[in-house]
Amino acid sequence: MLHRRHRDGYQISLQGPPGGAQTLRLSGRLNLQAMGHLLAQFKRVLEPTPPASLTVELSGVQYLDSGGALALNLLSEQAAQRQVPLKLEGLGPQGQQMLALVRPDRLAPPMPPPTPRPGNFIENLGVGALRLLDDLVEVVAFVGSLARALALVARRPSVLRWRDVELYMERVGVDGLPIVALISFLLGLIMAFMSAIQLKHFGANIYVADLVAVAMVRELGPIMTAVLVAGRSGSAFAAEIGTMVVNQEVDALKVMGFDITVFLAMPKIVAALLMVPLLILFSDLLAIVGGMIIGVTYLDLTVYSYVQHTLGALSVGAITSGALKGVVFAFLIGGIGCQRGLAVAGGAEGVGRATTSAVVAGMFLIVVADSIFAIVQYYL
Amino acid sequence: MTQADASPSPAPAPIQVEDVTLGYGQNIIVEHLSFSVTPGEIVVIAGGSGCGKSTVLMAVIGLLPPRQGRILVHGVDLARAGEKELARVRRSFGVLFQSGALLGSMTLAENVALPLADAAHLDRRTLDLLVRLKLALVDLDGFQDYLPAEMSGGMNKRAALARALALDPSILFFDEPSAGLDPVTSAELDRLILRLNQAQGTTMLIVTHELDSIYAIAHRVVLLDKAAKGIIAVGDPHRLRDDSRDPRVQEFFHRRPRD
Ligand SMILES: Nc1ncnc2c1ncn2[C@@H]1O[C@H](COP(=O)(O)OP(=O)(O)OP(=O)(O)O)[C@@H](O)[C@H]1O
Ligand SMILES: [Mg+2]
Repeated sequence: MLHRRHRDGYQISLQGPPGGAQTLRLSGRLNLQAMGHLLAQFKRVLEPTPPASLTVELSGVQYLDSGGALALNLLSEQAAQRQVPLKLEGLGPQGQQMLALVRPDRLAPPMPPPTPRPGNFIENLGVGALRLLDDLVEVVAFVGSLARALALVARRPSVLRWRDVELYMERVGVDGLPIVALISFLLGLIMAFMSAIQLKHFGANIYVADLVAVAMVRELGPIMTAVLVAGRSGSAFAAEIGTMVVNQEVDALKVMGFDITVFLAMPKIVAALLMVPLLILFSDLLAIVGGMIIGVTYLDLTVYSYVQHTLGALSVGAITSGALKGVVFAFLIGGIGCQRGLAVAGGAEGVGRATTSAVVAGMFLIVVADSIFAIVQYYL
Repeated sequence: MTQADASPSPAPAPIQVEDVTLGYGQNIIVEHLSFSVTPGEIVVIAGGSGCGKSTVLMAVIGLLPPRQGRILVHGVDLARAGEKELARVRRSFGVLFQSGALLGSMTLAENVALPLADAAHLDRRTLDLLVRLKLALVDLDGFQDYLPAEMSGGMNKRAALARALALDPSILFFDEPSAGLDPVTSAELDRLILRLNQAQGTTMLIVTHELDSIYAIAHRVVLLDKAAKGIIAVGDPHRLRDDSRDPRVQEFFHRRPRD
């Protein structure tokens, strides 16, 4: 015979002969917290030998919530399946209403959602490939609209929101300068130190200046700066535009007749185009200063000879080509950041994905573009 | 059967707002606000747009600490309560935010199951059934596998309501439940509110400016005014409409703009 108190405050007892007419008495609080326990108890009433009939006496129930009510409805359902006549007794009108609110037999069948959910490996592979293709098409379309927007701005500069350009110049350039400067300075220090250990063997100390200057101005300055800008600003562009998409701000702008590319993307891209080359020049300079500190303190070079050698190793062509790389990198970083932002679908999670993708794709494009530069320079 | 959580001693007011001042930064939005809600009562906070209805609601659910005065929910001052006590009180209430605030990365079923899974120790099938029943309450059974982004604004609002109802809260807070719903769905929502109130004795604090809803559900209206920075009238909506001499109250109930 069943006779229990549950810690959440309900009592249950079963009276009557097994297999005969039985009465199940419930009292106390039949709530969500007790529901799991309650269902387990009900199972033991109906199995292994179901009663000939079951009366459920509920006049002692003080509180019934949807969990308790569902448990009672499930008991009725299971009793009906086993052809056990069941009567609920002593439930007030409030309780009856509660039972009516949770009727499992009234549920509609599930509807298939409109977008496919993750399936097995093969399916995911196919979906992933299709998405990649869609992505590619979108990127190409975006490049097209960027080119058109650039032409438009070149013809009529007044369509561009120059106040926004200023704002983003500050974000990309001024705010980015400290970290670019610090990392470049340390990079110059490290490069000079590492090469000094080798060059010292040959008494070729002074060539540290050449090495740092050439490596930095030609390759590392542009790459390091671009990677930092991609991480700081490319991601910020994607997050900002993506959030605007999610909040329907972009839709609102479209409906008001604005060209989204000109209005949202161009100020960011133009700002990046203007600031990244400048950041690269700073980066070069700071790295050379870093190298000089090692040269002067560790290799006993004079500041004068270090500067002389640095100037000798560099040409105006090398410096401008480094800055020119910066223009291309800036276009790629800004473009992919804005494109990822505009492609956001589905809420906050989509924004997160777009941000990550803007950084990863940005760095990838930087490296690809740099390889192309290297090949072109080799043949020129 | 007795009402939810009836205790032998006269039950204390589930919500007590005592001489409260609220604001953001430099701006004071409401001053010296006092009202209380009795067990099982449906109180509507109404008033013009921007008069501070949502602000008052945020304060009552403990998300905006008052500048002055105190707010008690089930006798607990949320602004000064410890973590544990805060969590306990919060489990006893459900909130429907003005924007719905469903989690976008989860399906409807997962959103509704969120508060349930913690509270009730149920096997997956029963939990699933319970979740679908909660969705059925707001007429969304069948849509359990949809993501919020795949549904209309009104559907999201109703799903958010299902989530607020998940734990059979003893107090329900709504911010503009019928905004974004058609008149029929909105009337159905009013019926659901009344049914929950009768079946479980749920106490409700509702922000709305739908006059039809106010007449249908409100036991009492708390009418706020922007210029007055506080309450201009409290009482039964029909009574206020018919008896109040205050021109601002008349304007509100007769939809007459001030000239
Ligand atoms: N986060 C916030 N920071 C600063 N001021 C705010 C903030 N939220 C609201 N306000 C100000 O508080 C006032 C009241 O806003 P609240 O959202 O409470 O209005 P409401 O009565 O709910 O209006 P509605 O019916 O339009 O929703 C407004 O004047 C608004 O400018
Ligand atoms: Mg509001």
